Amino acid sequence: MVYLTRRYRFSAGHRLHNEMLSAEENQRIYGKCNNPNGHGHNYLLEVTVGGRVDPATGYVFELPRMDGIVATSVLDKVDHKNLNLDLENFREQVPTTENLCLEIYNLLRAPLENAGAESGLRLDRVRLEETSQNFFECASDRAVQRP
Amino acid sequence: MIYVTRRAEFSASHYYHNPQFTPEENRRMFGKCNNPLGHGHNYTLEVTVGGSIDPKTGMVLDLKDLKTLMEQEVVQLMDHKFLNKEVPAFAEKNPTTENLAMEIWKLLAPKLLQGKLHRIRVYETSDLFVDYYGD
Repeated sequence: MVYLTRRYRFSAGHRLHNEMLSAEENQRIYGKCNNPNGHGHNYLLEVTVGGRVDPATGYVFELPRMDGIVATSVLDKVDHKNLNLDLENFREQVPTTENLCLEIYNLLRAPLENAGAESGLRLDRVRLEETSQNFFECASDRAVQRP
Repeated sequence: MIYVTRRAEFSASHYYHNPQFTPEENRRMFGKCNNPLGHGHNYTLEVTVGGSIDPKTGMVLDLKDLKTLMEQEVVQLMDHKFLNKEVPAFAEKNPTTENLAMEIWKLLAPKLLQGKLHRIRVYETSDLFVDYYGD
């Protein structure tokens, strides 16, 4: 089993705000991220897939196919978008990077694993940097168990 | 268990080609990587060794030994080389980053004096890397 990681970048705007909470609570929990006008980040996305290496090509998965799936399933939906308003799942869910990481994992898993079924391809991990100082990871059970 | 990682860099050229494919299939599968004249990358290798800390030294292993091993077994073999033509393992196998990681594991695992090889990570570019854990 070999694990391939590819990095992608996108830029998006968001506002962290929960309608169920009072204005004071929102301000206390989300601080400057609660600014009603929103703000944005340059996100760095790392996608890791694991599978068997095809002896005919030496590849786990063809990169152009991986790039195409990530573009169609994720980047086209989030790049230069307002996460709160342009993404259906964030109309009512706060677009924290935790939630966004999980959302991206769920968007990618089926298309990648179906496309790579021949080599037993699995989506191993999604790692999302909001800034260079913070990042979040969503991993398969197998990746979590690996030291 | 503590994990120690050491980095090394090497630069090499390669191309991807399967003689059993037609020229059209080779071009379709490997794209610009199929150019028979080759192209190159600056690779970064990360070798991670796991082990317990020796109470006498406070170390999992002597990093100088690991540096020397990586230099002798990998960098001298691959640095400023054409991988397809000059590294025997790639005479008939594509030097993809996947195969490179598995080959480097084979070169290093039996020669480690202390600790246990945990992971080989090979960066082909800063946006593309491969991990191999030996299984």
